[in-house]
Amino acid sequence: MTYVPHTDADVREMLATIGVNSIDELFADIPEDLRLKGELRIPSRLDEHQLMRHMAGLAAQNLDLSQVTCFLGAGIYDRYIPASVGAVISRGEFLTAYTPYQPEVSQGYLQTIYEFQSMIAELYGCDLANASMYDGPTSLAEAALMACSLKRKDIVVMSEGIHPHARQVMETYAWSNEVEVRTLPLKDGQTDLSQMPEGAVLLIQNPNFYGVIEDLAAARAAADSQGAMLVVSADPTACGLLKAPGHYGADVVVGEGQPLGIPMGLGGPMLGLFACKQEYVRSIPGRIVGRTHDAQGRPGFTMTLRTREQDIRREKATSNICTNEALMALASTVYMSAVGKNGIRSVATSTVQNTQYAIKVLTEAGGKLKFPNARVFGEFVLTLPKPAAEVRDALLSHGILAGLPLGPYLAGGENDLLVAVTEIRTQEEIDDFARALREVLNG
Amino acid sequence: MKPIPLIFEKSRPGRIGCNLPKADTPEVDVQAILGETRDAVAWPEIGELDMLRHFTNLSHRNYGIEIGFYPLGSCTMKYNPKINERTAGLTGFTHTHPMQPEETIGGFLEVYASCMDILKEITGFDDITMQPVAGAHGELACLMLIKAYHESRGEGAQRRVVLVPDSAHGTNPASAARCGYVVKTIPTAEDGNTDLEALAKELGPDTAAFMVTNPSTLALFETNITKVCQMVHEAGGQVFCDGANMNAMVGTTRPGDHGFDCMHLNLHKTFSTPHGGGGPGCGAIGLKSHLAPYMPGPVITRNDAGQAVLDHDRPHCIGRVSGFFGQSLMAVRALTYFLAYGREGMSSISRYSVLNANYVKARLKDVLPAAHDRPCMHECVLTAKQYKEYGVRALDLSKALIDYGFHPPTNYFPLIVPEAFMIEPTETEAKETLDAFCDALIEICELAKTDPDALHAAPTKAIVGRLDEAAAVKNLDVRYQPA
Amino acid sequence: MNVPGDLKYTKSHEWVRIEGDTATIGITDHAQSELGDIVFVDLPNEGRQLGAEEVFGSVESVKAVSDIYSPVSGEVVEANGTLGAQSELVNSDPYGQGWLIKVKLNGEPEGLLSASEYEATL
Repeated sequence: MTYVPHTDADVREMLATIGVNSIDELFADIPEDLRLKGELRIPSRLDEHQLMRHMAGLAAQNLDLSQVTCFLGAGIYDRYIPASVGAVISRGEFLTAYTPYQPEVSQGYLQTIYEFQSMIAELYGCDLANASMYDGPTSLAEAALMACSLKRKDIVVMSEGIHPHARQVMETYAWSNEVEVRTLPLKDGQTDLSQMPEGAVLLIQNPNFYGVIEDLAAARAAADSQGAMLVVSADPTACGLLKAPGHYGADVVVGEGQPLGIPMGLGGPMLGLFACKQEYVRSIPGRIVGRTHDAQGRPGFTMTLRTREQDIRREKATSNICTNEALMALASTVYMSAVGKNGIRSVATSTVQNTQYAIKVLTEAGGKLKFPNARVFGEFVLTLPKPAAEVRDALLSHGILAGLPLGPYLAGGENDLLVAVTEIRTQEEIDDFARALREVLNG
Repeated sequence: MKPIPLIFEKSRPGRIGCNLPKADTPEVDVQAILGETRDAVAWPEIGELDMLRHFTNLSHRNYGIEIGFYPLGSCTMKYNPKINERTAGLTGFTHTHPMQPEETIGGFLEVYASCMDILKEITGFDDITMQPVAGAHGELACLMLIKAYHESRGEGAQRRVVLVPDSAHGTNPASAARCGYVVKTIPTAEDGNTDLEALAKELGPDTAAFMVTNPSTLALFETNITKVCQMVHEAGGQVFCDGANMNAMVGTTRPGDHGFDCMHLNLHKTFSTPHGGGGPGCGAIGLKSHLAPYMPGPVITRNDAGQAVLDHDRPHCIGRVSGFFGQSLMAVRALTYFLAYGREGMSSISRYSVLNANYVKARLKDVLPAAHDRPCMHECVLTAKQYKEYGVRALDLSKALIDYGFHPPTNYFPLIVPEAFMIEPTETEAKETLDAFCDALIEICELAKTDPDALHAAPTKAIVGRLDEAAAVKNLDVRYQPA
Repeated sequence: MNVPGDLKYTKSHEWVRIEGDTATIGITDHAQSELGDIVFVDLPNEGRQLGAEEVFGSVESVKAVSDIYSPVSGEVVEANGTLGAQSELVNSDPYGQGWLIKVKLNGEPEGLLSASEYEATL
């Protein structure tokens, strides 16, 4: 009865009030043959000390990336997280609250969501943002399906520069909705927009999976040539320096919010970002918080445009999403407030600086840029004279997680390594990487 | 109390709220490297202490389980053990990347596999996947598996209808629509069970699935469940169990034994991972072996040596439904919770949650009678219709509870109960808390007859009164605009 | 509840005013009162062909949405543009300024209720 506070006396009194003799009687509606006989075949209970030791033992069986130097990115980044983020989201008032359906007792959370929406809309250059989606890939898929429904056309055009996992999620959602997915190939690392097929929407990622900055003005024009909407999946950190997708006229901007103060945590929980133009506000998935007032004129916040949602609109809802990633959105709100206007520019600038330095020393150490003419932000593809997976494994024994071998993702990419360099890498760490790489390549 | 200004309004040029790392590599011409760059992002500039005060002060205006009783029906607001937060905070978990080599995440794969082993045993299903990241996402994943199954039998085009009871959560029809299905509604019979005649009439060669919540949203165990499953199967359809009410069944009865083909679980309800103000959730699904080939990837399994590994050989996999493995850090919390109860204590979850719900129902029977006169499961659905003649609605009673320091229960759901008042106490509440809540509610119900206006004005002790939600829609303000 | 005698009605709470070959359509006083504060009205484009009993739009309050069914068949010749900014007119003046659409009839309307027949359904 680990977390159950009942004493025997409590139980006796409660049963008497109910008018039954045993707890078993309360289960009378469950047919006898459906009741479980005997104990479950699961492990025995552990006390709190044993629990901590057991779980720490499991944690120790993972490679803890705080103990190595991490150059693995591919959409999930090892970035600085201010200590204040953890302090705020572990407060019980936030951590143990439900969705703020009762605004009178949820003003604190509602205000943080309004602030979150404001910061994301500003970052992405959009009119508005919702209160969050599950993760970047599902946010992208929902945006695509929204576009299909607005355009009454069941075709999605997807760049091959989108994260392969996001593409797989899109394929799954498209299959179940009988939507066709047409892909646009890459040319020199950038999406080839010259042959835009007919479709409801063009999906593109910036920077793309290979770190390359896409031509969003050209993407807008390509989408327009087919009367399609433009959905951009944008890295939030890169938006600290790059012109926002909204600036180029993106209809919807989505993204993975993890770089904004959320631990990598084996990829979950993450934070789906979703921002768009005002004209789509009645069609978007997910919750939205708005500012209003009470009868006495006091300002307050409440969830709004609720009739889009599943509990009211049922099968006609704009999406089935209900629970989102509120706590992760709060984490990112604290992050965005802590780094602020100048901090995000500094994070992005340090990322570019470190990336340029890494390109220099790693190419000197024997790697070659796969897309030498492309502009990159914080990540790049290095072609090695040896299979990238072997090199990655060899470098791990030097305490360096070198990146993602691209063999499984890129045809003929066995020797390609996707390397990410965030703001927290030091010159010394990058030099060590180059030194070890040289050793591995010459060894 | 005064409103707390937006954090933007506290911004002063030049301040920063953290001790930010800065690259020590040689400076570069960013403009030349990136091409176009933007103007500064207009995020606030605020010092660390003032930034923390902002969020701390906001937290004081928010209600959580750790503040008081949170009897929100259908939401299972139970205690979220602190030890779960500690284990999930271990850097061996937090500092792992979903694309680092498989050989270096053995501990995490074991966490997942252990959760899956335990969930299989608790639910009676053959397989579990934890890739869905929320309850509605789990529903969607189940429907996708059902779709793949029908397609594999050449019946994909024909089976286009998903049946949903009129008492269902809105996510059920919404998930069916999101999966490309047509939705038809099945009425509930007088006794609270599924109307079998109506079901029989709708079942046919176009039936893809029937989505059943068991115990139902009326908090009643579907006594005909075996029969229901049999009828749907005879028509060639599949039966999905909405696991929102799993708390009533843990260690007592197993949906896999009822005849269901698949179900979703809300680990953030039943298995104590925190709701976090509306997420992250964790929507594991259980399924029978005939649906297993279609499970979304990546699939975690145990090899012959019992070691947790990824199964790369899944030719019929529907693909991914989310970016990576699922809500990994939530799986750590759930495993911590499972092991804290263990086989000795697991059934106390259902037993004491059902005891608490029946106790509240008994204590309130004179002021708020149950919608159905049967033992309730882990929550009770009461009706406040008797106060309508005084001009008092269920919502008015709920708002008055706020002034007594309690979070309101769920109102107006299920839709088929007039003035529904749905209370879910959970097993972690002590008798004296339930008594204090019932005492308050009895007093409020008395007030409903003697001073209805007082209830219309409630809450009066909260930060704000009832908000003008019509104005919120008409004068949409969802984003700060600098003056 | 206000049920003007000179209009025709449907069981689904729409009213119709027929003048020549044009029908003006709205929702009844009863319907607006059940819905509460109306915050949004979704109306069809001009030129759309409607069949009788076809859904042509919806009215929304904060917590409910109600589909609106066409009582007649014909072509939409005008939608009430004022409601875009002033949806509350459907509450305050359901039979007047709160009208929804005008339809050019392509046949004699059938199966409509008189005011007293409609009142009997409430």
